[in-house]
Amino acid sequence: MFDTEVINTDISEKLAILGAAAKYDVACTSSGVDRAGRKGGVGSTVASGICHSFAADGRCISLLKVLLSNSCVFDCSYCVNRRTNDIKRASFEPRELADLTMQFYRRNYIEGLFLSSAVIRNPDYTCEQMIKVLEILRNEYRFMGYIHAKAIPGADELLIRRIGLLADRMSVNIELPSQKSLQLLAPDKSKEKILNPMRTIQRSITESRTELVRYKSAPRFAPAGQSTQMIVGASPETDYQILTLAAALYRGYGLKRVFYSAYIPMVESRNLPALTTKPPLLREHRLYQADWLMRFYEFEPSELLDEKNPNFNPFVDPKCSWALSHLDRFPVEINSAEYETLLRIPGVGVKSAKKIVAARRSGPLDFEGLKKLGVVLKRAQYFILCKGKAMEGVRLSRESILRGLMSDRSMQLLDGLAGEQLSLYDNETVTRADVIKCLTGQM
Amino acid sequence: MPDRSDVVYSYDGSFRGLMTCVYESFYAREIPGNIVSWSHGQATLYDVKEIKTDSEKARKVMKAISEKISGEAMTFVYHAFLTCLCGREAHILDFIYLGFKYGRKVMRMLTDETVYILNKAVGHLLNETALLRGFVRFSDFGGGLVATIEPKNNVLPILKYHFLSRYPQGFFLIHDKTNSLLLIADRGKSRIISVDGFTPPSAESDELRYRALWKSFYDTIAVEGRENPKCRMSHMPKRYWANMTEMSDRQGRGLFLERGLIPEGK
Repeated sequence: MFDTEVINTDISEKLAILGAAAKYDVACTSSGVDRAGRKGGVGSTVASGICHSFAADGRCISLLKVLLSNSCVFDCSYCVNRRTNDIKRASFEPRELADLTMQFYRRNYIEGLFLSSAVIRNPDYTCEQMIKVLEILRNEYRFMGYIHAKAIPGADELLIRRIGLLADRMSVNIELPSQKSLQLLAPDKSKEKILNPMRTIQRSITESRTELVRYKSAPRFAPAGQSTQMIVGASPETDYQILTLAAALYRGYGLKRVFYSAYIPMVESRNLPALTTKPPLLREHRLYQADWLMRFYEFEPSELLDEKNPNFNPFVDPKCSWALSHLDRFPVEINSAEYETLLRIPGVGVKSAKKIVAARRSGPLDFEGLKKLGVVLKRAQYFILCKGKAMEGVRLSRESILRGLMSDRSMQLLDGLAGEQLSLYDNETVTRADVIKCLTGQM
Repeated sequence: MPDRSDVVYSYDGSFRGLMTCVYESFYAREIPGNIVSWSHGQATLYDVKEIKTDSEKARKVMKAISEKISGEAMTFVYHAFLTCLCGREAHILDFIYLGFKYGRKVMRMLTDETVYILNKAVGHLLNETALLRGFVRFSDFGGGLVATIEPKNNVLPILKYHFLSRYPQGFFLIHDKTNSLLLIADRGKSRIISVDGFTPPSAESDELRYRALWKSFYDTIAVEGRENPKCRMSHMPKRYWANMTEMSDRQGRGLFLERGLIPEGK
């Protein structure tokens, strides 16, 4: 066994080690709960969440995201912190981390703390250490900002409940999209170990809500709800399987968010993709787009994908792709279509759909007007009519739509991806025409 | 709405001043060719009518907007006043006339040119305010917090609510360099004053230590193999960087290094 003992280091080195160890947790949102500041306290939360900075990878930094410790007794093969990996180990003292959080918060660097940890000694002990940090923050420093805490799989239910009363959001990472992959890659974690705390959290949230109706002062359990994360591309599941799982988690466990994380190879293992594999960023992007469609546009996974077409199209986004395979529902008359129908038009978002509904009450809309409402005509033009007419010069045929939608960006993707992710094509010189043929089903 | 006349209104640049202009326009039955603030003091071929701010007249106009159009429209007009839209005063006057004609419905007339222009400007203001809730960086000087911002719009009158709620017990200053304003907040109470210049004291060792810790956290958190300078820039435009602890020294050497990744003049 490698050293899991803690080397005494100063705070800047600890921050470097434990920040780096936490960065693969992609969730960094501070959203889901509105809490005005209160006299005697420090801090507030905003329902939409606040991004305080953006890292070089373009991702939002909202919380001080660190592990309490990276000295893990588990040995999950995809994880950098696994016991058998020879890396530097460090642990924060609970007060040290609470102080650092307050100092960062005062300066408006962050919205709060995202606390996770490797499993120190055992899951219960780890939870107790995390509780210490949160208790100092909430009870001693009267910290009213955002706290996201990870539930440690395998910990006692009572400890999970105590964390939930101190945190705004809790999460348990589902890690891999199937039990088979979990068994293969994370032998210390099981489906039960992950789903049980998820269920505990869900139940506690529901109980706390009903109690709140009766007593206003009842303590709130994770008021910003629960989220999870899964790794994409470390195991062979299809987009369809992943999306179906996500939908089941939203429905069955009342999750607020499911995050997807493109697998970045860090470990050589015969069970994992080779170290030279590039992280499937485009695939991750498509999953987020589809997730968005499920949460805000009322799409079902089975509308977007099926057993026959189990993966997303790299060239057009899921909404365009859906529209292309349902051309019989288009074009849509902007001036009379229902709100739900407007939402399904590529290039029309929630905001612009609402604006269309409001604006058309004071007079019929034309294409010029739609531009002012924020509709992306470049995409929408193929799917809409204004006062019975299509936009000038637009042909509503499948071929011409694809030609239009496939424009610059997809072609760039083609350049970047040909021969790498597109095992679809044996021939590396894929032309634009080939792609169109493929998408229209002629290939 | 009467025709646009050759006269130019000149006012003191305050919101009540602008509301007084609306009052004068309404009762003189004239639409000024333009409305300019005294501080702009540019020579013009038009006749200049100086409008003296009158609280009572302003109050009447605001009441009329709230009652004849809507409360939402009143807030919209105030927000429009805070924007950096060039010639915003004349657009606001047009909007109020439009509102008096159409009533509360005016807020839905999103394709009308005046409503569209103001909506876009207000959207820009609110978006900038939302970004700054996150991008403001305070330095701690013996318990008091001080920050500098350089926004395009006049955000302080809206932004202050967020920080008053965040630090209900604290003392803090936010200096708006662009508009030469200073927000002074002390235990939940605040005011905004005009300042010619403002230099925060120099940072002490504790402050420097936390800045360094934050910078190192910032550099640690990005996932290698996923660098995306374009995405970062679109979420966090470069004009905010100068006042952000983790980005400020990237203006020099750091920025130069990054230019290899970001072609200029895009």
